[in-house]
Amino acid sequence: MRWVLRIGSLAVVLVLWQLLTASDTRAWLRFDQLPTVVEVVERFAVQIGVAEFYHDLGASLGRIMAGFLLAAVLGVALGVVIARSRWLGDLLRPPLEVVRPIPAIALVPIAILLFPTDEQGIVFITFVAAFFPILVSTRHAVRALPTIWEDAVRTMGASTRQVLFRVVLPGTLPGVFGGLSVGMGVAWICVISAEMISGQFGVGYRTWQAYTVVDYPGVIVGMVTIGGLGYLTSAAVELLGRRVTRWLPREALR
Amino acid sequence: MSLHVRSLTVGYGRSTVLSDFSLDVGPGEFVVVAGPSGCGKSTLLRAVAGLVPFAGSITVAGQAVRGPSRDRALVFQDDGLLPWRTAVRNVELPLALQGVPRTQRRARALEWLGRVGLTGFEDYLPRELSGGMRQRVQLARTLAQQPSVVLMDEPFGALDAQTRASMQDLVTEVLDGTTTLFVTHDVDEAVLLGDRVVVLGTGEVERRRDAILAAVKA
Repeated sequence: MRWVLRIGSLAVVLVLWQLLTASDTRAWLRFDQLPTVVEVVERFAVQIGVAEFYHDLGASLGRIMAGFLLAAVLGVALGVVIARSRWLGDLLRPPLEVVRPIPAIALVPIAILLFPTDEQGIVFITFVAAFFPILVSTRHAVRALPTIWEDAVRTMGASTRQVLFRVVLPGTLPGVFGGLSVGMGVAWICVISAEMISGQFGVGYRTWQAYTVVDYPGVIVGMVTIGGLGYLTSAAVELLGRRVTRWLPREALR
Repeated sequence: MSLHVRSLTVGYGRSTVLSDFSLDVGPGEFVVVAGPSGCGKSTLLRAVAGLVPFAGSITVAGQAVRGPSRDRALVFQDDGLLPWRTAVRNVELPLALQGVPRTQRRARALEWLGRVGLTGFEDYLPRELSGGMRQRVQLARTLAQQPSVVLMDEPFGALDAQTRASMQDLVTEVLDGTTTLFVTHDVDEAVLLGDRVVVLGTGEVERRRDAILAAVKA
């Protein structure tokens, strides 16, 4: 019964949208400016037959993957180092803390100036966006690790390296995946914004391009595509996270 | 292997938890250190395990203790298992750290799990096992490690009376002939398990020492 209600509420929203736009309603909000649901669906049907659409998808996904993976590797590595070593923490934290409050998207001008190609600049912005949530959650997770596990493994004769790979990394995975989920979300926000500002292709660029050429159904198609990609990548992170943290008590997974 | 503790002093910050404590445990001897909470018995074990800095000297088989080593295994009250590893993989861990090849260490771990009565539970995660079963896994892991000295820190403190009794039987059986330092606040347990019982107390606790000793003898 519940799924009837869920699908029903979605259908109501779509019907309302269709009615408001098709009747050119203007009640402070200017629905007459927006495309109808039917126009969007027709536009989508055209788009999925065009090679450019897939080229844009591939470009955006490639940028997300490059930036996000770089952020995951460096964020986890630096998060562990900062939490475990006092002097490396003292050395690395000040510059990181200065950059952290700056929204990644505010770095676009710097990225354009700094990197030889727009492509590298966009990946850089995506990287910065995902990096800080991953770094911070990793650091907290390492700090919160129960000392008993480390004590147990050390009294089995584990080396520092073995403690790191057998206890610290697996033990912090639940916290790290929290950071990865947040990181994936902000990475999408930033890759799309960066593409709108400085890209020559990609889903974000295409969406803004559609707006500038008054192709409003194209704008909505872009938005829906971005939403779909964001959902898929977040679900992938979530799924992987659940797989590697199956040992957690079940209550904590909800 | 024999264990000698000489003039051991351990402090955390400004407070001294143990001061000028000495103890000898002969090869194969099972010594129980009894005393109420806060008397420093866990600290004694952590010092022998090499997990806390101390003044004085601790030697095991003539070797001075300078840090943790696989020679001195520590059994914890609870949660000493890595929760992401199944029972058998927890038992394999000390062997993996020693570089024992995979198939060999699996076989040995299964053997030890059988020894503590957990055949059939090898693929269970710690959270899927009862408290008593988890302590059995810890025991199997300790045995797999083959240390010279076993240090046990209130290992049955969190168990119900019945489970505790069966664990006490098991420990007597499997640790027979292994040099063991066992810490508990339970006087009955101390008397039951120990070849020798040492009562540890400081300050206010020292005044109750005679009362505890009387109880031990009764």
